[in-house]
Amino acid sequence: MTLPQSVEEQLKEMKEMFKLNKTQMEKLRKIAEKQYEKSLIEPGEAVGVVAAQSIGEPGTQLTLRTKLLAGAMEMTVTQGLPRLIEIFDARREPSTPTMTIFLKPSYATSEKKVEEIAFKILEIKLDDIVKSIDVDLLRMRVEVELDPEMLRKYKLREKDIQRIVSEEFKGYKITTGSYKINIKPKGEDVDIKQVYKLKVKLKALHVGGIKGIKQVLPMKQGDRWVIKTAGTNLRDILQLPEVDIENTVTNDIFEVLSVFGIEAAREMIIEETLNVLRNQGIEVDVRHIMLVADVMTYEGTIKGIGRYGVSGGKASVLARASFEVPLKHLFNAAVSGETDRLTSVVENVMINQPVPIGTGMVNLKVEKKEDKK
Amino acid sequence: MVTKKSKKEEKPIDIFKSRLVPECRVLSEDEEKKLLEQYNISKRQLPLIFSTDPVVKALGAKVGNVIEFTRKSKTAGLSKYYRVVVGGIRG
Repeated sequence: MTLPQSVEEQLKEMKEMFKLNKTQMEKLRKIAEKQYEKSLIEPGEAVGVVAAQSIGEPGTQLTLRTKLLAGAMEMTVTQGLPRLIEIFDARREPSTPTMTIFLKPSYATSEKKVEEIAFKILEIKLDDIVKSIDVDLLRMRVEVELDPEMLRKYKLREKDIQRIVSEEFKGYKITTGSYKINIKPKGEDVDIKQVYKLKVKLKALHVGGIKGIKQVLPMKQGDRWVIKTAGTNLRDILQLPEVDIENTVTNDIFEVLSVFGIEAAREMIIEETLNVLRNQGIEVDVRHIMLVADVMTYEGTIKGIGRYGVSGGKASVLARASFEVPLKHLFNAAVSGETDRLTSVVENVMINQPVPIGTGMVNLKVEKKEDKK
Repeated sequence: MVTKKSKKEEKPIDIFKSRLVPECRVLSEDEEKKLLEQYNISKRQLPLIFSTDPVVKALGAKVGNVIEFTRKSKTAGLSKYYRVVVGGIRG
């Protein structure tokens, strides 16, 4: 019998601690093996139900509302039940996306350097560096006046801004003056709508930093500095040479999936769930969460626990119908002529038959006399 | 400092550096056979991984290959997990 690595390590520790000889070691190993086998889950045990209860009960004690953390240097992150629902429902985007950016050791110790990097990754839109963006109805154009002070603050040059604007709005009539850019939409007769649309577009124009990073906050963790952000962009952040790829994470699980793959997404689901529970002072055994994460990522993508995810993918019509919106499932099944093989739990409960759980999983076959020959 | 609008060519990220990505390798045919025999299953019963997955791309695995992940488990220290590569786009 092979013992898991963690048990092997404990055995090794014991050996050194009590200076055991070979025969004692063998005895100990036998006991360990016996205990290990005893503590293994039995075949047919309804682990899913146990996991559901084990997460569900403490879930009643979680914060129901999105809590705002008071304090100057803290960012709001969805916590408690809303976050838990987000994770298990496999929402495409978290309501408060955040990243924790770790830096390479040579940068992580100096506060100044960290602040510099934080400033560098902060997304800057045109709206952040202008004095005004106005619509000139007489000349049917948008007038942008840049703020020299803000430009200096973000270390941007006027020339670069002009270049970005002209690259983004090709074909538009653009005239530039000192700290002024005037843009007129294409075509001869321009109506007011077009001009206003242009203004909105201009405001959101990305001129510096990394897209999606809306706030940065350098924080000290132990003796290392990390940068917490509001908004995420894992792919672009990892391109930076200063960033430590090993530890940098985002709470957007779908982003983890697309950058690091399905196994990393599973890891992240576990980590995020544990974090939520731990923040609220609740201990749930990891095994339950690992099981949920495994079920969610079993098919290579992240599937939510619900009608459109795991439950909707069940093979049995009756099982699907018993979860939510039964009529829809029954109608569709009838139209396409589905058969229910009654192999799983819910269906058998419905038709009052033994469920394939625990002792219900095994069938007895009587050995007849003529079979013996 | 200003990011150019024209798309810079992105360097590929070394995803195996991340602590989130477990160690992994492509199983040889013999190992595949052994694995399926050990658990008495067919390949279709293994968990899936899409061919578009960054890990599959990095390993250069083909559709039908089995990838072995050595997870750092919180309960068992290390644990093995297997996924079979399937084609298609994840939905």
